[in-house]
Amino acid sequence: MNGPAFSADLVSNASEPVGNRIDCDVHVVLPDINLLLPYLEPYWRDYVVVRGVRNLDLTAYPDTTPLAARDDWRNISGRGGANLELTRKHVFEDLGGGTAILNCVWGAQALHHPHLAAALCGAVNDWLAEEWLDKDTRLKASIVVPWQHAAHSVAEIEKRSADKRFVQVLLPGLLEQPLGFEHYWPIYEAAQRHGLPIGVHAGTAYRHAPTSLGYPSHYLEDYIAMAWGMQNQLMSLVCDGIFAKFPDLKVVMIESGWTWLPSFLWRANKIWRAMRMEVPWVNRAPAEIVRENVRFTLQPIDAPPSQQQLDRTIEQIGSDRVLLYSSDYPHHHFDANDVLPGGLSPKFLQRLLSENALETYPRLQGGRA
Amino acid sequence: MSATTERPKPAAATRLKIVDCDIHPVPRKPEDLLQYLPERWREHHRVYGSHFRAPFREASPWPRAAPAIARRDAWPPDGSPAGSVLPFMREQHLDLHDIEFGILQVLAMATGSQRNLEYGAALATALNQWQLDYWCTPEPRLKGSIVIASEHVEAAVAEIEKWAGHPAFAQVFMTPRLSEPMGRRRFWPIYEAAERHGLPIGVHGGGYGGHSVTGGGWPRYYVEEHPSTAQSAQALISSLVFEGVVERYPGSRFIIVESGFAWVPSMTWRMDKHWQRLKSEVPHIKRPPSEQVRRHFWFTTQPVDEPENIADMSEIFDWIGWDRILYSSDYPHWDFDDPRSAFPFRMTPEQRSMLFRDNAISLFGLS
Repeated sequence: MNGPAFSADLVSNASEPVGNRIDCDVHVVLPDINLLLPYLEPYWRDYVVVRGVRNLDLTAYPDTTPLAARDDWRNISGRGGANLELTRKHVFEDLGGGTAILNCVWGAQALHHPHLAAALCGAVNDWLAEEWLDKDTRLKASIVVPWQHAAHSVAEIEKRSADKRFVQVLLPGLLEQPLGFEHYWPIYEAAQRHGLPIGVHAGTAYRHAPTSLGYPSHYLEDYIAMAWGMQNQLMSLVCDGIFAKFPDLKVVMIESGWTWLPSFLWRANKIWRAMRMEVPWVNRAPAEIVRENVRFTLQPIDAPPSQQQLDRTIEQIGSDRVLLYSSDYPHHHFDANDVLPGGLSPKFLQRLLSENALETYPRLQGGRA
Repeated sequence: MSATTERPKPAAATRLKIVDCDIHPVPRKPEDLLQYLPERWREHHRVYGSHFRAPFREASPWPRAAPAIARRDAWPPDGSPAGSVLPFMREQHLDLHDIEFGILQVLAMATGSQRNLEYGAALATALNQWQLDYWCTPEPRLKGSIVIASEHVEAAVAEIEKWAGHPAFAQVFMTPRLSEPMGRRRFWPIYEAAERHGLPIGVHGGGYGGHSVTGGGWPRYYVEEHPSTAQSAQALISSLVFEGVVERYPGSRFIIVESGFAWVPSMTWRMDKHWQRLKSEVPHIKRPPSEQVRRHFWFTTQPVDEPENIADMSEIFDWIGWDRILYSSDYPHWDFDDPRSAFPFRMTPEQRSMLFRDNAISLFGLS
């Protein structure tokens, strides 16, 4: 392949103190719903057991595909991201992470029953705190919220807010209503108040077909389509004026690519110039808003075939502050330890690997391991 | 219309003939079209009319930028609808801009989105005869599109068979938002027929397929919906590639109309990347998606994507391939791209010829 060079060589590429990397997307897989039973109120424990609520693994993330986990990252039962020791070894020792933000993308956020969703999200957060955060101070986590019910979500955020190891609020990418809608505003208000960015992670609750054309035949198509869904969500956030209402809110688009960002911004700017009379509350160009308030995690890199195109794409993004280092562990997007694209300047790398994340996640400042 | 005709023209010797790949004609009065409908469907039209997967019969769910989406100066002096009077179109666009050929894209009646399939098929037949009689015959510079009722595959194939080979028709016309992604098996006979007759398929952004316009729900504003044609076009290409349509029909040629182009490179990078990882799910796909896109897809320019550094537009064309870019104006719509000002960067004479003329001449076999 004549593709762009990828390199994990920290020392020669950057004057980066090893171990300072902040990995903004590390996946935790809940191996078994029964692990949550100790954290549930009796009513919900009975509900789960009596009603046979078992496998809530997501259509959006089947864990058996070649993408779901690298073979050398799977545990003895064939799963990736389900074992603390392996995650520590791979993310910290092999990939050089110093801090990792855990994202548990799981079925509670796809249920229709809002109160059950709230109970299970709360239990997942308890489980994350006890089984992961308590065991390694380098681990941080996103608060899994029952977006289906805004008041429940706010309550969950309030409940976790004192625990500074929770650094972000996690939403799946595609839900019932676009992310600019009023339904979500209380969640944004609470997140902003507590210095928590909103992490929007690739994935869909399948309330709608994953594309405007309907349901594709293949998982591959659904996965690729996530980038387009995220583009639509970005437009919704901008056009409903979320960043004017919540100017300190940061949104992190996770695992949905970023090489599409320049062409997206050009189109958004153009239609806004022509039609801004329709959304008078959007008083700045979309590209300016996105560069200030929205961040994108690194992996997977939908990289062009040449280094020159990658360099140009990064130039066209127009800011060295929008990309956040991520491995997307244990998903298989790169081999060995080749998590970084080549050709980045030391200054850009420093921003990518840690500074941007520190600016994005106020809770990481000061309290880092 | 002095506002348009007074603009200076370049000297005749330097003037480049232009092929405009997106012109929207509309019936001047309902009877112009209804005369071609059988009595049964005339009566249906009068009593029931359009029945879409959408809230309004005759309006977009999102109020558009302007009445009839039209340029304010495109309404003929007699008050007829914009895009409905040939002499006025000649004066304001075809002659003024030295249009050598124009490809008609017929959005009228949203034929592909009609839920009553037989009504849709009757409308398609009527619209094709209407194009021939009202536009292509009196003005041979204008080439028609074979309108089909996409959901009624059998009738669509019959309509293609009826017009294929007719010199007035340059392509098959579809809109991508259907009940299922366009690559799904039920639509394959349409592609088989188009390929067999050497007809490209122009896919113009739009349609009412019933699916929300984003994977995360319905957007609220035109300012969101208008650019979302880009995401729909990417889903369309993905479907045609990964369902194996373009490998199955190696002569197929698709033109992505009015949906942008700057997203094409990053889309192909993403398709290649994740196909590499998940190719065992689609073992029928033999060639990298980027290669299939490069071979089977063309892109019209309007509304032209405008990089922040406008010179980057040239580089985007380099990455897509200059031979795959087709100039289009979208006349008479509000976001019309003037061929003299839409591309404010340096091009070689060869690039200029490809963009404005040669690619289309060769794609449509015009002469």
